[in-house]
Amino acid sequence: MRHYISEGVGRRMMSLAQKMGAVSLMIKSLIVWSFRAKPETREIVKQSVRIGVDSLSVTILTSFFTGMVLALQMGYTSKYLFNEPLYIGTMVAFSLVKELAPVLTSIVVAGRVGASVTAEIGTMKVTEQIDALYTLGTNPTRYLLIPRYAAFLITIPLLTVFADFMGIFGGFLVSNIKFSVPSSVYWNDIFTFMEIKNFMHGFVKTFAFAFMIVTVSCYKGLTCEEGAEGVGKATTESVVTSMVLVMVLDYFISAALVAVGLI
Amino acid sequence: MIEIKNLTKIYSGRKVLDDACISINSGEIFSVIGPSGCGKSTLLKCIVRLIKPESGRILVDGKNVVDIDDEFELAKIRKDFGYLFQGGALFDSLTVMENITFGLKYLTDIPKSEYPRIAREKLALVGLEKAENIKPAELSGGMKKRAALARAIAAEPKYILYDEPTTGLDPITSDMILGLISDMAAKLKITSIIVTHDIKLAFTISNRIAMLDKGNFEISGTPEELRRSSSPVFKKFTDDALSSDVQGRRHDLEVKHKQY
Ligand SMILES: Nc1ncnc2c1ncn2[C@@H]1O[C@H](COP(=O)(O)OP(=O)(O)OP(=O)(O)O)[C@@H](O)[C@H]1O
Ligand SMILES: [Mg+2]
Repeated sequence: MRHYISEGVGRRMMSLAQKMGAVSLMIKSLIVWSFRAKPETREIVKQSVRIGVDSLSVTILTSFFTGMVLALQMGYTSKYLFNEPLYIGTMVAFSLVKELAPVLTSIVVAGRVGASVTAEIGTMKVTEQIDALYTLGTNPTRYLLIPRYAAFLITIPLLTVFADFMGIFGGFLVSNIKFSVPSSVYWNDIFTFMEIKNFMHGFVKTFAFAFMIVTVSCYKGLTCEEGAEGVGKATTESVVTSMVLVMVLDYFISAALVAVGLI
Repeated sequence: MIEIKNLTKIYSGRKVLDDACISINSGEIFSVIGPSGCGKSTLLKCIVRLIKPESGRILVDGKNVVDIDDEFELAKIRKDFGYLFQGGALFDSLTVMENITFGLKYLTDIPKSEYPRIAREKLALVGLEKAENIKPAELSGGMKKRAALARAIAAEPKYILYDEPTTGLDPITSDMILGLISDMAAKLKITSIIVTHDIKLAFTISNRIAMLDKGNFEISGTPEELRRSSSPVFKKFTDDALSSDVQGRRHDLEVKHKQY
């Protein structure tokens, strides 16, 4: 029994090291082929549109309600503490722009698109379509990975900016209607304090999240095990890994950004 | 010419190919037969280096492909090959037409305006004229196989590797595909390697046949030579099929049935 457990742990450690190695190789070939071959512009557009179509409505809905609930909580909290609703705009905007919009958007995209990228590439792997790419003169890095990396790196930051606006707008509605905060006060609370570096703090993070999600999604697809079962398993693992890593990365990148002055 | 020398491929400790040696001459139709799971598809994948064998050499026109690891170099070698995958391996996200012309962009200098003509021409060859704008998911198994065949031959490569070209096809379509394979070999001087269970097919169109068993080539030669051979493994594998004693086999099966 003990032997079995320790062997299992050993294998996990081993496989983690192996995975890191495989991921680095994947990224290396990505860099190599970005220089070696012309990008597949058509595929990049197709993938970007797909991410947009798949996640725009969910992103809008999530960020809108997040902004609303932030305003609600902030309104009641400050009424409770100071007897009047203060700084709702400031709190809503800072929370959204620095944290919630990047994180929620990334999680939405990981769930909606990351999962389908893994399923798609995994299916291609088990049905020999990846092999077919090689025999038809191209390869998965060039035809599948580069366009998906480009699309994720373009769309997640854009969707986040959308989410920023939607959330702030949601917060505005609640603070204006529920707490009767005049609109000039709400916007003033935001723009008196918000600086470009605060926005950049959140915006920079989206690139890191995008890179991580597309890496996990593609890697899980390419290393998928045989059969439909393998594809299902890879898809679930892909989503869970991406979501957990968004949270973990978020802390460390935020700390690093604050350290370099992007507060 | 493709020369395979002492090829060994190991999957999780099991030698699927074990010191296999064979050579395939330019312009010939060469068939590899053998029981299911004996490593026929593995052999084809090694030739185009989709799989890296553990040891041995594969010389394609004198160049050893086993040692090449750079994707750029491998891509150059693969340009000479068309590959019909056992399961078709059509791209689900593209239409049949897009599938067929997919490789042209990477493998040839043919202008884009020619693509539709080429696709229609190849589709006509495999009897799929009306399928150009549908997605693979809407095709039957046999139609997929034929569309995949059209894709494999689209760039008119020097070598074509066919993995089970006729499984899942009715006898008439099957004959049509055989006609197509031998036509292409004759007219375009294409070297063909056919992997199949179908002994009759192998004996009908091949210049030479080899039988893969237990990791290496049990026997190889022209159809006549094989017919005269006395290898027991080969005899056992082919006897039923070649004698075409359908009635006898039916009888055997019925007897077996009754025993249960
Ligand atoms: N990726 C793999 N990992 C582990 N084992 C494999 C893998 N691919 C094939 N094998 C094993 O290698 C053996 C040969 O497989 P291969 O697909 O070459 O057989 P085949 O001769 O083409 O069979 P069939 O006629 O049924 O297509 C099989 O026993 C199979 O289980
Ligand atoms: Mg096979």
